[in-house]
Amino acid sequence: MAERQTVVEQQPVAEQPTTTAERRTELERLLGWFDERTGLAAPIRTGMRKVFPDHWSFLLGEVALFSFVILLLTGTFLTLFYTPDTRTVIYEGSYQVLRGQEVSAAYNSVMRISFDVQAGLLMRQVHHWAALIFFGAIAAHLARIFFTGAFRRPRELNYLIGIGLLTFALGEGITGYSLPDDLLSGVGLRIIDSVMLSVPFVGPWVSSLFFGGEYPTADIISRLFVFHIMLLPGLLIGGIGAHLALLWFQKHTQFRGHRASESNVVGLSFWPGQVFRSLGLMFLTAAVITLLAGLIQINPVWLYGPYVPYVATVPAQPDWYVGWLEGALRLGLPFEPTILGVTIPSVFVPGVLIPGLLMTLLALWPFLEARLTHDHAEHHLLDAPWQTPIRTATGAAAVALFLTLTIAGGNDVLAVLLSIPVEDITVAFRVLLVVAPIVTWLIVYRMARDAQAKHRSRDEAGLPDEPPSVLLVRNAGGGFSESEADR
Amino acid sequence: MSGSNDSGARKIERRIAALFGVAAVTGIMLLGVYLLGGQTQIEGVLLAITLGGIGIGIIAWSQWLLPGTLKTEDRHPSATYANAEAEQEIIAEESMITRRSLLVRALGAALAGLAAALAIPVLSLGPAPGRSLFETPWKRGGLRLVGLDGQPIQAADLPLEGVVTAFPEGYVGSADAQTVLIRVAPELLQLPADREIWAPDGYVAYSKMCTHAGCPVGLYRASEHQLLCPCHQSTFNVLDGAQVVFGPAGRPLPQLPIQLQSDGTFVADGDFFEPVGPAFWDITDG
Repeated sequence: MAERQTVVEQQPVAEQPTTTAERRTELERLLGWFDERTGLAAPIRTGMRKVFPDHWSFLLGEVALFSFVILLLTGTFLTLFYTPDTRTVIYEGSYQVLRGQEVSAAYNSVMRISFDVQAGLLMRQVHHWAALIFFGAIAAHLARIFFTGAFRRPRELNYLIGIGLLTFALGEGITGYSLPDDLLSGVGLRIIDSVMLSVPFVGPWVSSLFFGGEYPTADIISRLFVFHIMLLPGLLIGGIGAHLALLWFQKHTQFRGHRASESNVVGLSFWPGQVFRSLGLMFLTAAVITLLAGLIQINPVWLYGPYVPYVATVPAQPDWYVGWLEGALRLGLPFEPTILGVTIPSVFVPGVLIPGLLMTLLALWPFLEARLTHDHAEHHLLDAPWQTPIRTATGAAAVALFLTLTIAGGNDVLAVLLSIPVEDITVAFRVLLVVAPIVTWLIVYRMARDAQAKHRSRDEAGLPDEPPSVLLVRNAGGGFSESEADR
Repeated sequence: MSGSNDSGARKIERRIAALFGVAAVTGIMLLGVYLLGGQTQIEGVLLAITLGGIGIGIIAWSQWLLPGTLKTEDRHPSATYANAEAEQEIIAEESMITRRSLLVRALGAALAGLAAALAIPVLSLGPAPGRSLFETPWKRGGLRLVGLDGQPIQAADLPLEGVVTAFPEGYVGSADAQTVLIRVAPELLQLPADREIWAPDGYVAYSKMCTHAGCPVGLYRASEHQLLCPCHQSTFNVLDGAQVVFGPAGRPLPQLPIQLQSDGTFVADGDFFEPVGPAFWDITDG
């Protein structure tokens, strides 16, 4: 029989409040009361002194965070009115054009939010605009991380968490887009169904389990609702918590210059410097989103009408962050071979294989780069993009690929704008899809190498990277004198 | 701090206070607009000014009135190493677990069994796909083609180059049975020999579900006799059995075998001969 042991841990004795008749304000007494019960004063005080490097590009992730906060707030408001139900009702709201028409309860409730709930349309538009800004900030943040090498050891794990967050955010975008049950969202779901069906061998099962039968089903909307307001937000909140906790623990990266080194952090302390800036940025993010939402109409579902499976509108564009997937589908080749009784759906390559490969490559990049460069050391100082030509060229090529696919997602709009047959535009984009990333890679690689050579020749000549700044001081007599700038 | 600096700071302080004041006023104005019945654009602008005023004010405050000196903090190695004493204790206690290797393996098996049991709720999320993707309501055979209003489509009502969306009688709005009925000049048709009787008098019917991603193939270019899908521009030639002319679709639209009745209505002989809509890997198993 195992020996039973009781492990005793010493209870730390709370420090007695000083009895010296020190006058304490009410606030100090209150804070003291909490501290005696939580012991948090010391860690919080240390945390307040924590140093954060200061650079505009470090705020991109914060914009994403604040957009998410706005999404949670407005989303909560919308939830109080939205009905996740596909049963048909007769629309009787104040939008005259649709009165008397059969619509789903979900669509009906979105119409109610838009026309009959006071400030409801503003909330809906803030929610939608915040989602667009959310993805813009995520994309810019990811680009900053990538092009400066902030993903290198020891931050590979936090990079992976970030990729996870991006995936959850995409899920949020797609499910949220589908909830109004308008014509565009229904057609979007139909396309998602075709992508699910094209998953090797288990496709019909995936589709049936996800939708609860053959699309379209009565369960779709209520399921998407659970994903959109519970499962995915939960994953996002947990993931963001881990993302920030690791950032706090590992301390932020910084650019070279000033007194920055691999072993220190130079910047402003968390309180009040960083907190004030971040709070200000939060309000400004909210202000910009609110201004867009107040003045620029977005997703006018009353113009699209309710979803019916036998109607499609043209042109139909998804939100910008899904445009690259739509573009890939549009550029797909009419190639659907049947080999040994197995058919490879034409949707499979552009809809499953290419997005899957791109996302995998993106997620594994830190490990690929470490293996290729044999650089397994810790890095806290960031690279300037020109210092790493291969990484920068590869990232730029990926951006070119993404942009080509995104613009191709609007090939029908382009055809109308340019008065060129959509067939010609599609063929041109198929070519561009191959050419643009290669050309971009070569050009950016060349530019980075040139920049490297320029810096090297400066170093060899013994010149500093940047010309020394000189402060000119005008004296009372009108003359100028030089004084060394305080750098 | 010198006197002039101090007065400069007080000037900035007053400006920021004014900004917060504006934010407060626009906030109250927003409430007023709301109570007066609301107006989306004005509400948006007022809210943006309130939020922006607070944001700019806070940032200006930190920029000019708070200490902006750079501080330096050392980094520390991330890894923590447990103290040796505790480590020894833990190793000793762990060995008491791991030496019962039979129990560890059996527990693993039990957890695997539990995982299998937990897969059951996943399977109840939807029915087995079975034959559902291979069949449409047309399979009953002898169903009349009806329009959106549920009334049988009359041949005489469809002009040359006319298009109408058809459903099986009793299944109006069905997603997978949706069909386009088109009338073309019979001499233009170049259908495969065994399908010529499916297009009486130049009336030809195809599945309206695109074989690419399942969107309704809703656009008909009469001059070229082409059906075009608005989602991804797959284009099908109506005359030769809806072969793919352009775009990403990999299969022709399945053709519905129809007959023209003496009363001018149409009936379908049965289902499409191939599965409709987007492909899947075992689509040829049907």
